[in-house]
Amino acid sequence: MIPVSFDYVRATSVADAVAALVAGGEDAKVLAGGQSLMPVLRLRMAAPTVVIDCSRVTEMQGITDAGDSVVIGAGTTHHEVMNNPLINEHTPLLAMATATVADPAIRHRGTLGGALAHADPAGDLPAVALALDAVMTVVGPQGSRDIPAAELFTDYFTTSMAEDEILVSIRVPKLGPGWGYHYEKFQRTAQGWAIVGVAAAVQRNNGTINQARVGLTNMGPGPVRASSVEQALTNAAATAESVAAAAQSATDGTRATSDLHAAADYREHLARVMTERAVAKAAGI
Amino acid sequence: MSHIPISVTVDGTTYDSEVEPRTLLVHWLREDIGRVGTVVGCDTSSCGACTVLLDGQSVKSCSVLAVQADGQSITTIQGLAEGEDNWHPVQTAFKECHGLQCGYCTPGMVLATVDLLGENPTPTEAEIREGLEGNLCRCTGYHNIVKSVQYASDLMSGGAR
Repeated sequence: MIPVSFDYVRATSVADAVAALVAGGEDAKVLAGGQSLMPVLRLRMAAPTVVIDCSRVTEMQGITDAGDSVVIGAGTTHHEVMNNPLINEHTPLLAMATATVADPAIRHRGTLGGALAHADPAGDLPAVALALDAVMTVVGPQGSRDIPAAELFTDYFTTSMAEDEILVSIRVPKLGPGWGYHYEKFQRTAQGWAIVGVAAAVQRNNGTINQARVGLTNMGPGPVRASSVEQALTNAAATAESVAAAAQSATDGTRATSDLHAAADYREHLARVMTERAVAKAAGI
Repeated sequence: MSHIPISVTVDGTTYDSEVEPRTLLVHWLREDIGRVGTVVGCDTSSCGACTVLLDGQSVKSCSVLAVQADGQSITTIQGLAEGEDNWHPVQTAFKECHGLQCGYCTPGMVLATVDLLGENPTPTEAEIREGLEGNLCRCTGYHNIVKSVQYASDLMSGGAR
């Protein structure tokens, strides 16, 4: 279908984009890569009065080394994220999960910031941001503020960003030495959405798992941190048995739903099995 | 809603045009400048039939607004050959290996392949299948499409495979 008519603003700076967003009111929509927004517009699930294109805002581009973290412009494409040397060296879990998003043509356009702000429960990157304790920098008419991933995702396709705020950059803390990682994704078709996904990072010291971070995709209205699994893995033996035991609590705190792809109890089964696999691979077991 | 002026280079020719902001790139290519070699398939970002190269990268032209292409350069299936008798090696390979049945997905498959081989000149079979995962062939002619990509890789890298 053809989208509804809307006005178009090509922002040249973050301030410019925020001003347009304020002027546009509640029916303004921010466009980054557009790979989620365009289907929504074509299906007329959204009818914005104005679309504010941020894809040429240079302040929202670029990947920089900030010492203990990597700062990624919200407008960085998936293709840039998965091929960037800084990200591959310091936060490889993000690169690995990004490589599973959609297909190459969509990854050329779609952006990290767009995927996080869109907050699709089946999106791969919110769970990674949550597991890695990423921090979002958002800018609105009152200025800039930081939102930790744990406070960003509030409901289906909903974040704690205000209507007049724009996600500008994402700070991802570096994984130190001794960390392994894995993103496990279950999908029915090649470029399909995750029916369930598990992002795992594990710090191992010889025969012991020091600590683990586990984020779950599509096990609730937003990404879920598998805190019970993380606690069970803290100072646990790095063995297949202890990982399997810890993974049994993967569904604690989840609210899986049933849809045409999977029933809730099947998703819960997947979460346990895939958490076991993701943690084992991340721990090199 | 006002029209927006855009200037886009398509297959080597620059077109100055005025578009409604909602105009999809694929519709502008087909209806405004007559580049009908780029086809609309699923209209849901899934099938890749409308794939073109935007500044050298494969994109689904049903998922880009025409205004977003302002100032950029597009290659469609109609701009790939250097002339009637001088096809792009990927086109030659799809013909030689019969990498098509009904042919509807072919423009997108060929352009996705050009992009894939640009990034990875000698892909494995698995890398080919993954690299083309955003392009669907509803005749399910994938086997010969993979062969075509392998043959194109041979042609372009002088048999380095």
